[in-house]
Amino acid sequence: MDFKPTSDQQMLSDSLSRFIAKRYPLESRGKLADTAPGYSVEIWKQIAELGALGALFDPEVGGYGGTAGDIATVFEDIGKGAVAAPFLASLLSGSVLAASQSKLAQPLLDAIIAGEAIVAFAHEEPKSRFELSRVETKATKSGAGWSLSGAKAVVSHGDAADHFVISARTSGASADEQGISLFLVPASAAGLSVNGYVGIDGARAAEVTLKDVVVDGDHLLCVEGGGFDILEKVTGLGIVALCADGVGALEVVKEMTGEYLRTRKQFGQTIGSFQALQHRMATVLIEIEQARSALINAIAAMDEPRLVRERAISAAKYTLGRVGSLVAEEAIQMHGGIGMTWELPLSHYAKRLIILDHIMGDVDHHLERYVALGRTAA
Amino acid sequence: MDLTFSAEDEAFRQEVRKFLAEKLPPEIAERIRNKKHLSKDEVEAWQATLNERGWLAPHWPVEYGGQGWSVTQRFIWDYELSLANAPHPIPFGLAMLAPVLIKYGNEEQKSHWLKRMLNGDDWWCQGYSEPGAGSDLAAVKTTAVRDGDEYVINGQKTWTSYGQNANMIFCLVRTQNTGKIQEGISFILVDMNQPGVEVRPIITLDGEHEVNEVFFTDARAPIANLIGEENKGWTYAKYLLTYERTVMAMIGASSSSLELLKEIARTETKGGKPLAEDHSFAARIAKVEIELENLKTTTLRVVDAAASGGAPGAESSMLKVRGTEVHQEIQSLARRALGPYALPFQAEACEPGANVEAIGPDYAPGLTPNYLNGRKLTIYGGSNEVQRNIISKAILKL
Repeated sequence: MDFKPTSDQQMLSDSLSRFIAKRYPLESRGKLADTAPGYSVEIWKQIAELGALGALFDPEVGGYGGTAGDIATVFEDIGKGAVAAPFLASLLSGSVLAASQSKLAQPLLDAIIAGEAIVAFAHEEPKSRFELSRVETKATKSGAGWSLSGAKAVVSHGDAADHFVISARTSGASADEQGISLFLVPASAAGLSVNGYVGIDGARAAEVTLKDVVVDGDHLLCVEGGGFDILEKVTGLGIVALCADGVGALEVVKEMTGEYLRTRKQFGQTIGSFQALQHRMATVLIEIEQARSALINAIAAMDEPRLVRERAISAAKYTLGRVGSLVAEEAIQMHGGIGMTWELPLSHYAKRLIILDHIMGDVDHHLERYVALGRTAA
Repeated sequence: MDLTFSAEDEAFRQEVRKFLAEKLPPEIAERIRNKKHLSKDEVEAWQATLNERGWLAPHWPVEYGGQGWSVTQRFIWDYELSLANAPHPIPFGLAMLAPVLIKYGNEEQKSHWLKRMLNGDDWWCQGYSEPGAGSDLAAVKTTAVRDGDEYVINGQKTWTSYGQNANMIFCLVRTQNTGKIQEGISFILVDMNQPGVEVRPIITLDGEHEVNEVFFTDARAPIANLIGEENKGWTYAKYLLTYERTVMAMIGASSSSLELLKEIARTETKGGKPLAEDHSFAARIAKVEIELENLKTTTLRVVDAAASGGAPGAESSMLKVRGTEVHQEIQSLARRALGPYALPFQAEACEPGANVEAIGPDYAPGLTPNYLNGRKLTIYGGSNEVQRNIISKAILKL
């Protein structure tokens, strides 16, 4: 049994959390979100210099980390700081590139790690609703290359991207696991249009449409039609990252709400002296510890056989979705009127916790998936 | 991040499993699995088996006949006992009184009572709660008054588990009526085989006789049976309660009950298909299974912290709250899984030596009573509301 971070993880976490608190406070970010790229490019480069992006990838592909524990370390700090920046996009796209044999992959991954390239991950579609194998964007052979057409939905930081990793169907029916391929597409490609917007959580996203977008043959990043396994693995890493992000946000919400209960006075006493609020807060505390345990379970299952691993991942995402919304709602309620205001940092953490449940599968999706995987295992 | 046990602890676990596979009578395990009851003789026989191996009170220090096991080993032991559906030793003497004796008792008391516990010479019960002192335990009114070298005891205890089997009771009694109510309490051991002690059964809503009222009318205890100092009993009582709460996460018992629940859900049918394939029922099982998996890790985190020197403090309150909630949910789902066969009341089918054919499936008779009995989990050992008070005070500093 060992629940402590490694010394490398501890060191990175110390410097990253200090950097975020000092150089990139929440207040300085509000105005940036209104226009692309939605974050400070200068700060992003400094974060790369700290090693926070390299920590997401294995040394074999030029990183200096890459375990689920390393990824969780970075994302917990991001969650604590409520940082809106293309971390998740970099993790997902970079992990696809890391698994790719294409000669284009490694140089681009090196650029991601250096903070010099933003590669968005465009997989979900307007009608796919978290179902990993539902891909209707089509790629057809076009000379020595490929032609892609379709639509991709809510692509995180899509309007800041230089490149996209895009899933497209090269064969099979719309929900088949077989027949999905992964492509690298430059943002400047003809026929690709990007409609960016700001999200409820303060991070930017985009709707991406492809109309006869042509790329060369070496832009195919996996074996033709064999992209699903990569998608599943990469999504698993992404879910661990999101769960860690959520745990970081939960810890902050717990501190803020505890502090408020200890200081806010009504009826001549601190509101934390009222048992009705004490009991709600005690439940919040228990739920947060359970959420952290769910994250630990997913991290520990990363090297287990597929069914064990994927069940732990769905269990974690379900738990974080459930606990994230609950704690967000409870925190707003316990803050009372002030919890309703844009001005209060708490409200931004609450929105992030709520939106986490809408990324890479919500509670219903992951509970059903957990059940289905269990049936397969039995 | 590593959830596996060390090689030594894993070897220990295998040793425990081997022991249980060899020594646990299958019919006992089967009855426990199906939420049926054991006789006094069966409990005593199993405790004698454990004692032969030196594992009846393994958490005691070696000098008193224990094994001096580590926190992790104790956790593994409790967990494996539950997974194997083995009876847990009756805790009142071995797990609750003994730590108090070892910490606060004098040498005569230790050498006399601890040995008798291991031999099974005494069956201990707990004289804590009173009609007016439940969650508010310090409000105890039962009095003990010095009369020469004896105390004379008058009053009433209640919710006394297995009092009908017991010959000894450890009591919180009031020896002083001035000052704060916590300051006038003493901790005394009382022989129940005397005219001044009367045990009356309380039948619980499941029809079971597990708890009792105990009346003291000029009952006597030698002053040698006072533990520690007079009027300092509250300190000892609280020490005992922290021991009580560390095992209340119930993750072993919940794991084993969840297995039974899943098996029932595969056997029962709905719409011509196994209940386990019903969308909403499967989701309910999945929710509690995920919660239990999370709780196992939360428990391991507390065990790990305790193993590196941290005393289980208010964290054990968190485990108690969530552990009992999870267990109650599993009990509730097992009852629901029975559908209409949750209805037949067959108390006799749950008793030892019963030769009664079950109405409905074999597994049915014990499950609704077990669900009903399980409502106690969030009430006893400090109700879950009291635990939330502790959490908000000790952890949240509210």
